[in-house]
Amino acid sequence: MSDQDPILQMRGIHKRFPGVKALSNVDFRLFPGEVHALMGENGAGKSTLIKVLTGVYSIDEGTVDMEGSPISVTSPQESQTAGISTVYQEVNLCPNLTVAENIYIGREPRKFGRILWKEMNRNAAVLLKERLNLDIDVTLPLQYYSVAIQQLVAIARALNISAKVLILDEPTSSLDRNEVQQLFGIMRKLKSDGLAILFVTHFLDQVYEISDRITILRNGEFVGEYRVNELSRIDLVLKMIGKELNLLEELPQLSQEYKDSSGEVLLTASGLGRKGSIEPFDLTLHKGEVVGLAGLLGSGRTEVARLFFGADKPDQGGITSPGIEGGIHSPRDAIKRKIAFCSENRKAEGIIDDLTVRENIILALQASRGWFRTISRKRQDELADEYIQLMNINPPNPEHLIKNLSGGNQQKVLLARWLLTEPRLLILDEPTRGIDVGAKAEIQKLVLSLSRQGMSFLFISSELEEVLRVSDRIAVLRDRNKVKEISGEEMNPHEIMQAIAGG
Amino acid sequence: MNRMMKHYLFWPLCVLGALLLFNLLYSPDFFSIVLRDGHLYGSLIDILNFGAPLVLVAIGMTLVIATKGIDLSVGSIVAISGAIACLSISKGSDQSSLGLVMTAILSSLALSLVLGLWNGFLVAGAGIQPIIATLILMVAGRGIAQLVTSGQIITVDSSTYEYIGAGSLATLPFSIFIVTAMLIVALLLTRKTALGLFIESVGSNPTASRLTGIRSNMVIISVYIFCGLCAGIAGLLLSSNVSSADGNNAGLWYELDAILAVVIGGTSLNGGRFYLMGTVIGALIIQTLTTTIYMIGVPPEITLVVKSVVVLAVCLIQSETFRSTIMTRWKTRNYPGEKEVVRHVR
Repeated sequence: MSDQDPILQMRGIHKRFPGVKALSNVDFRLFPGEVHALMGENGAGKSTLIKVLTGVYSIDEGTVDMEGSPISVTSPQESQTAGISTVYQEVNLCPNLTVAENIYIGREPRKFGRILWKEMNRNAAVLLKERLNLDIDVTLPLQYYSVAIQQLVAIARALNISAKVLILDEPTSSLDRNEVQQLFGIMRKLKSDGLAILFVTHFLDQVYEISDRITILRNGEFVGEYRVNELSRIDLVLKMIGKELNLLEELPQLSQEYKDSSGEVLLTASGLGRKGSIEPFDLTLHKGEVVGLAGLLGSGRTEVARLFFGADKPDQGGITSPGIEGGIHSPRDAIKRKIAFCSENRKAEGIIDDLTVRENIILALQASRGWFRTISRKRQDELADEYIQLMNINPPNPEHLIKNLSGGNQQKVLLARWLLTEPRLLILDEPTRGIDVGAKAEIQKLVLSLSRQGMSFLFISSELEEVLRVSDRIAVLRDRNKVKEISGEEMNPHEIMQAIAGG
Repeated sequence: MNRMMKHYLFWPLCVLGALLLFNLLYSPDFFSIVLRDGHLYGSLIDILNFGAPLVLVAIGMTLVIATKGIDLSVGSIVAISGAIACLSISKGSDQSSLGLVMTAILSSLALSLVLGLWNGFLVAGAGIQPIIATLILMVAGRGIAQLVTSGQIITVDSSTYEYIGAGSLATLPFSIFIVTAMLIVALLLTRKTALGLFIESVGSNPTASRLTGIRSNMVIISVYIFCGLCAGIAGLLLSSNVSSADGNNAGLWYELDAILAVVIGGTSLNGGRFYLMGTVIGALIIQTLTTTIYMIGVPPEITLVVKSVVVLAVCLIQSETFRSTIMTRWKTRNYPGEKEVVRHVR
């Protein structure tokens, strides 16, 4: 394959956003007839690279060559003309139009300005049959078909526009196992037709099943390009997160003695699962224990947390807690059981923009008391001051609007909000993402000291060091499955890496 | 000065002040108030009296808008409430009897509560977008009011009922007391209980509010009920003032004036923070404007145009974007090259 010339070659790509280097000196090449996986954790620059390639963002520095000659991609149209087509994660077609209309919209076959419907439908049917082995009625509205078919129609549209390079941005995230196989079948067929496919996914198994080559990005930088059969899974994961195993081994362990898991049982999830988000799993949480959830992005960590909090409704299994009747069906149920949840999505699911720091802090406590048992203004001020001091919130002004605080301080306000309700279990989903090192250490220390006082934690983080540092026990997730539970002496980076990478 | 300009009542009060100033210059006796037969008379009193129903409706609307909702049905509720009250009074033998009037008032208020509950249920329970959910009652409610009045104007002859909208207490129109009472109720409910906090929270970020454990559906339903109640009382004031109920025209376009009052008062249609006092000022601005237009004798065929021009001006003054654009223009007016430089720096 490498004796061929690459169809697409990007060299020294730089892209800056105010305050961030999204891409710095990234190389990327794509050969005809290959499936090339683009891998990286959150913020690695995958989507920026794709947006640069499709002309959504302009390039600050660097060159893009298509079939040996330089092209400029400054708009999506130019990129399409050059032969690059993209199918995004969320299908961006019109569900109320027919399949054929969706494929040909904007480029309908015309004669004297009149659209030749029959020809269009015939062409669409032939296109789907020949290139995608798909035999469906193209005159039905798109919404009559499953997401998997819709995805294929999107691919057909992309192929029809221009067919040299096809970018599939997480095409499998909303498909079930059979649908994924159907998609892979088609990808193999397109590959043998000589198409170059850029494939972005979070599922390691799928990368190893379909790809020929892998490019890894980390923090906007190019890590390397590898043949799939020359890169072991564990190496892939290590390169993605950018750590050497031996470095991880030498981590200072903050929680010196492992607490044995024989303490009082707090919650037991048995066979808990939700179709399309997490396969059924069992997990028991004990009093005063920090359970870490490790896994790559999209492995189902957040989904586990949301089920425990009742933010999503499970469709199988349930959660029981000794001495309490009934399950957890809504956040209110969870809060009644003294469970608290700091979402990873601080902006959308955490802070209330328009309110002050004080109001944000007392909100959960007030909500659990109802409207009429109001917390007096004096008490509110006391509580706000107390927690601003305790959590070291800056600026220390309770009447500041929370939207004007930095990410780390917003996170501390959210922690304060939940600590005020004196939870027995605090679920922290990426509590330290996007906040500075100092605040990060403060939050980790807080978790440890509170757990010694008997509070339980479910701790989610993309940073393995952090999970290792605070957890008494770690549940490892891969591809929406809970694959392993690790505790005690086994809790070392090697074991966890092995479990995360699998295979 | 700068801090004062940031206060939410600054611009509404400026506009109201400007309107009053205009009136002072145009007709100096605008501000004269005379005491006759134990009643105060004057343009200012008229504005308060005739503006009372609008203030009431706008108070209810404020809370609805704060939850990122809207209630288009208030005009129809105004009509229904007046129609029901007048219908039940007109059927009585002694129209002035206190018992009969009380029954009429209570039944029309009860119905307003039910109509508010209906709106709240459609929005929170059935998940219909507020503008559509309340549009249903806006259309159907007008029909109901016409059914109740059989398309006629029902007149009543009840001195007891007339007192609500036209009577006076301690020389002031009684309607002012009703409005003040409802304003105090609204302020107490939202500022002395946690309801106000919950309303702002739900309006600002519904997802986060749910995850915080706020019963957002309950909050949403209650604001629509409260809004329905306010509209119901406004309907009583209007119909009592003229001792008659007109199913076709009572409360027509009230929803639009009320929304305008809320926005002028500084509450954003995007929900979140709300300002009840701002709304009251906003409603008074609209009423003053209407009174002014009548007083200076604008020909009837162009009153709506004049009104809309003033409203446009008010909205532009309040728009932060517009103000900063004007300020930038003003500051850079002498330096034609500046824009070019700024663009390059960016």
